[in-house]
This record gives sequence, structure tokens and C-alpha cells, in this order.
Amino acid sequence: MFLRNLGLLINATMTYTPPLLLAALGSCFSERSGVINIGIEGMMTIGAFVGAATALACGNPWLAFLVGGLAGALFGLLHAVACVSCQADQTISGTAINFLAPGLAVFLCKAMYDGSSDTPALDISMKLPKVFNGVFPVGSFGDNVLSNYSVAYMSLILVAVIWFVFYKTKFGMRLRAVGEAPEACDTLGVNVYRVRYVCVILSGFLAGLGGAYITLATVSQFRPIVIVGQGFMAIAAVIFGKFKPQGALLACLLFGFCNGVKVLATSGNTVSPNLISMIPYIVTILALVLFVGTARVPAANGKPFQKAK
Amino acid sequence: MSNTKVSDQKSSFGTRALQSSLLYTLISIVVGFIVGAILLQAAGISAGGAYGKLISGVFGKPKFIMWAIVYAAPIILTGLSVAFSFQTGVFNIGAEGQYVVGTIAACLVGVFVKAPAIILIPLCLIASALAGGFWSMLVALMKVKRGINEVLSFIMFNWIAYYLSNYMVNLPGISGGSEVTKDLQESAQMMVKNEALTKVLGTGASYNIFVAILAAVAIAFILNRTTLGYKLKAVGFNKHAAEYGGINSNQEIMTAMSISGALAGMGGACQLMGMGIRISQFASQEGFGFQGITVALIGSTNPIGCIFAGLFYGAMKYGGTKLSLVNAPAEIVSIIMGTIVFFIAISHVFKRVILGYAGKKKGGTK
Repeated sequence: MFLRNLGLLINATMTYTPPLLLAALGSCFSERSGVINIGIEGMMTIGAFVGAATALACGNPWLAFLVGGLAGALFGLLHAVACVSCQADQTISGTAINFLAPGLAVFLCKAMYDGSSDTPALDISMKLPKVFNGVFPVGSFGDNVLSNYSVAYMSLILVAVIWFVFYKTKFGMRLRAVGEAPEACDTLGVNVYRVRYVCVILSGFLAGLGGAYITLATVSQFRPIVIVGQGFMAIAAVIFGKFKPQGALLACLLFGFCNGVKVLATSGNTVSPNLISMIPYIVTILALVLFVGTARVPAANGKPFQKAK
Repeated sequence: MSNTKVSDQKSSFGTRALQSSLLYTLISIVVGFIVGAILLQAAGISAGGAYGKLISGVFGKPKFIMWAIVYAAPIILTGLSVAFSFQTGVFNIGAEGQYVVGTIAACLVGVFVKAPAIILIPLCLIASALAGGFWSMLVALMKVKRGINEVLSFIMFNWIAYYLSNYMVNLPGISGGSEVTKDLQESAQMMVKNEALTKVLGTGASYNIFVAILAAVAIAFILNRTTLGYKLKAVGFNKHAAEYGGINSNQEIMTAMSISGALAGMGGACQLMGMGIRISQFASQEGFGFQGITVALIGSTNPIGCIFAGLFYGAMKYGGTKLSLVNAPAEIVSIIMGTIVFFIAISHVFKRVILGYAGKKKGGTK
């Protein structure tokens, strides 16, 4: 019984974590390069819609997943144009994207599906596959632990890849440097604009993937409230994880775990589900106050950079 | 000699107009509507029909205008809350949560405290302001004492407030049926009761807008005419310089965030007492706080600007509810608003181009 519950808990954790993690990794790129990206929420929403719509149109979940990411990247590009080329206030541009992208997603949905704000449900063949399905007997511990969508495992591997990029490659060193001292980088011949463009577009791409994961795996249709708040949670995870990819992973796992507890605790008891739903947020605050404390924000975060003429 | 003086005055007026942020806000609004029109046409919906409905839906009858104003009041207050926080160097992304605890406080007082309207209405407003202020102050405390990034804690507090409200809605004693609270007592409602007036303005007429306008004027006064406002703005402008000048920046941040939260909380009360009458269970966050961010930006973070920006947003929001009548998605409103904010974000680029052009022209004629 204990083992079974543990399996279910791990399963629930790994259902909630991957989209959050993908978006949080995106946010890491953007924030570390010195561009605040509040627009993650909107980028996830457009990714969720475009992913679902593509799957419905062509039936291939992997293509749909990728296209969902590209839709997010497009808004990443928009954010980059405003924040990097035009030196706009990054919070303002991000806020704009949070109205534009979800508005556009629901608008397109209504235009394409007879005025309905929900897409039709995705067929099982249009959903992302579960790799370990059928390997273990149904309901067993192994099945519960490993019956997640393949992208869930990929997102975990991606953390290692991005950690490597951040700390072991030239590009990673540059992106961290650009977020701390862009003027110094510029003097040394690093193209600050190009690094920031790449990072902000990547953040949109990853957020779009996160959104597409939700429609293509967990929810299996697009609805206007499918993302609500998860983009902000991803941003919170990055600050919680002190702007490091590995930190973001731990934060996302904590959120995912609390959510798993919530799902299991809600079924079959008398405590109000609304009270149980508060747990993840209260745990986060307690963890912040008691253990985590100050997260050092990258020095050039939020400051537009203008190349000296 | 006198000639050049006149032309100087003229050009200074022209340059002033070209430099004012109002001009670029107006340009952004026009661009927003153009982008919206292009999208509507591309989706095979007549932009003329949709915008016509938007305009007639807001200005067609006095009661429509009244409703647009009623819609505007709470967003003006959340807008003020965000604008005030921007002026003092904090980003209040938590107005959403402060708004929600404001509605909860106003609801509790408005349902359970027995008093005549003249006492009860101010009491509800004070309760909501205290609740919103307290909610925000907790975040400020964490920022000041433990250095915790306020954006992170605001996001958490938004969710806690959201679930708290949903919890309360279902609590026996407060719940007044399935997934709603009891109605506010009549003496806690801000509805217009004069019969002659309701005949013209419709049954939903309320005077919650006056709370918003009073608050905006008060905030403008605090920011521009008091020592407190000077200190708050100094901290917002440069925390270290302010400290060097003898200002206790931590204390000012606490004050600023509490006031900002109180404003958002009052926004909740205005919505409840002037529109909602009861709290319903949320399906998702309602977005008054996030709309407040937009209002603050369109209003150039100026308190008085927020009144107009809020009225504009209120009208768009109310008009948007009628777009389904012409089969246009109401989301076009979000798209237009997003576009406007985006162009406000990059407006200084236009400014540079336009001022550069004007400067060149002036040089040429000389």
C-alpha cells in the first residue's frame, strides 16, 4: 500500500513538473542574460493552443510539440525586439505579451473552431507517447513511477544539457557575463545584442514547449484556463532556484511534489480542497523565509543595454 | 528680435507636445485598434461591425455608459495600486491577491456588521484597505527582513488569496447557496437608490467611481505635495542616494507597498459593493490585478492618468462583453490592449524618430 501510494505520488509529481520545468528553463536563459521575461505566461498559452491546433490538423504530436515551441519563440522574438533593440522597459513589454498572446490564442481558437473557446479533444494518437507504457503490469509501482509521457524524461535530461551549456561552454559563459556586465562584454568584443536575442527567443521556445506539453499530454485539449498562472509559477521557480537551471529543477520538483500531495490528499477526505490547494504556495513561502533567503539577481537584469556609439 | 521670440515660443509649445507621453499613448491606442482591425478582417469578421458594436455598446444608452463606468472603478483602483508601486520602485504584481483579500474583508463586514449605510460603507472600504495593505505588507516584510524577491512572494500570495476566497465561499455561515457568499446588506451596497436616477441610468447604477476618483486625487496629492511622497519617490528613483540623504529606505518600502496593497484592496471593495454584491467561486484568477498593470502603464503611472486609462479599459471591457452579438471574439479587447501596451513600451523609439525629424525640419527652414 505504501509503495503504491509512493508510486502514485511520484507519478503525480512528474505529471505537474515537466511543463513548469520547461518554462522555468526558458526563464533561466532570459533572466541570466539580463532580460526579465514576465511574458512566459503568454508564451506558454500560445504554445498550448498552437500545439493543440497543429496536432488536430496534422495528427503528429512531435511536430505539434515543436510548432508549439516555435509559436512561443515568435513571441520571444517580439519581446527581444522590444527589450534588446528598442531598449524598452522589460516589464512593460512582458505585460503586453501576457495580454497579446493569450488573447490571440483564444481569438484564433474561436475563429478556427466555430466560435468555441476550447479546441476539440485530441485523439490518443495525437498525444505525446508514453515510452514505458505496457512494460510493467498496470497499477504496479514500476508502472506508476515510469508511466509518464516521454517528454517528462526529456525535460529532466534537458536540465543536464542546459547546465552543461550554462557552465561548460563559451556561449554559456557569455550569456552569464552579459547578464552581469554587458558594457564589459561589449568592450571585449562580445555581441551583447546577439546573445540576448538568442536567449530571449530560446526562453519563448521553451515556454512554448511547456505550454504545448500541457495540451498534448496532460489535458489533451486547449482551453483558455489551461495555463492560467503556470507561467508565473515558472518565474517563481527560477527566482526560488536562484536563477540556476539546477535550482529551477529543485523548485519545480517541490511545486510538483506539493501538487502531487494535493491531488492525492483531495481524493476521499473531508478537508476542503481549497485549503489543501494552498499548500504548495505556503510551503514555498516557508521554504523561502526559513531556508532559501535572498536570491542574487543578475546585476544587469532589467536594465536595457545600449551599445556605445 | 521679437519675431524670433514668438517663433521660439511656438516651437517650444510644439516640442512640448511632441515630447509629452500623452501623444505617444494616443498613437499607441490608434495602432492598437489598427492591429485589432487587421486581425478581425483576417479572421473574416468585419472590423467596422465589431468596432461599431463596441462603440454603440458603450455609448448607445446612458445606462451603457453608466455600466462602463461601474466596470472602470475597480480597475482604476488596481491601476492606481500598480502605478503607485512603480513610482516607488516596486513592481506590485500582487495587486490581484490584494484585490481578492479586499473583497473578502468588505464582504465579511458588509454581511455581518449591522449599521446604517453612512457608517457601514466607509467601514467596508476601510476593512478592504486594511486587508489589502496587510497582504502586501507581509510581502514587504519578507523583502525587507529576509531579502526575498517581491515578485516571487507576490505570485504566491495571489494564489493563497485565490484559494482563501474559494474556501470562504463554501464556508457554512458565510455561504449563501451553491458556491456564492451571502449578499451584502443593502446598507453596504453602493447602488444608486434614487428612482428618477435609476430610470435613466439603469438598475445597476452605482457610485463606486467616486471612491476611485477620490483615491486617485489623494494619491496624486501624496506623491506630489507631501514629504512622504517625496521620500517614497526618492527611494524609487535611487535607493542608495535616498539612504545617503538620510531616508530609511526599508521603512519607506514598507509604507509604499502597504499603501499600494490598500488601494488594490479597495478596488476589491468597489467591485463587490458596486457590482458583485456577493463573492462567487472563481474558476481562475479574475485578472483585475493584471488589468491594473495595463491601466497603470496606459496612464503613464500617473494617478490622474489612471482615471482616464481605467475608464478606457472599463469601457473596452464592458463593450467587449457585447461583441459576441456580432460574432466577434471578445478576446480582441485583450489583443488591442496588449498591442497598446507593447507600443507604449517602445514609444521612446517613435519619440526619437519624430523629434529627430522635427529637429531636422526646423533646422532646414532656418
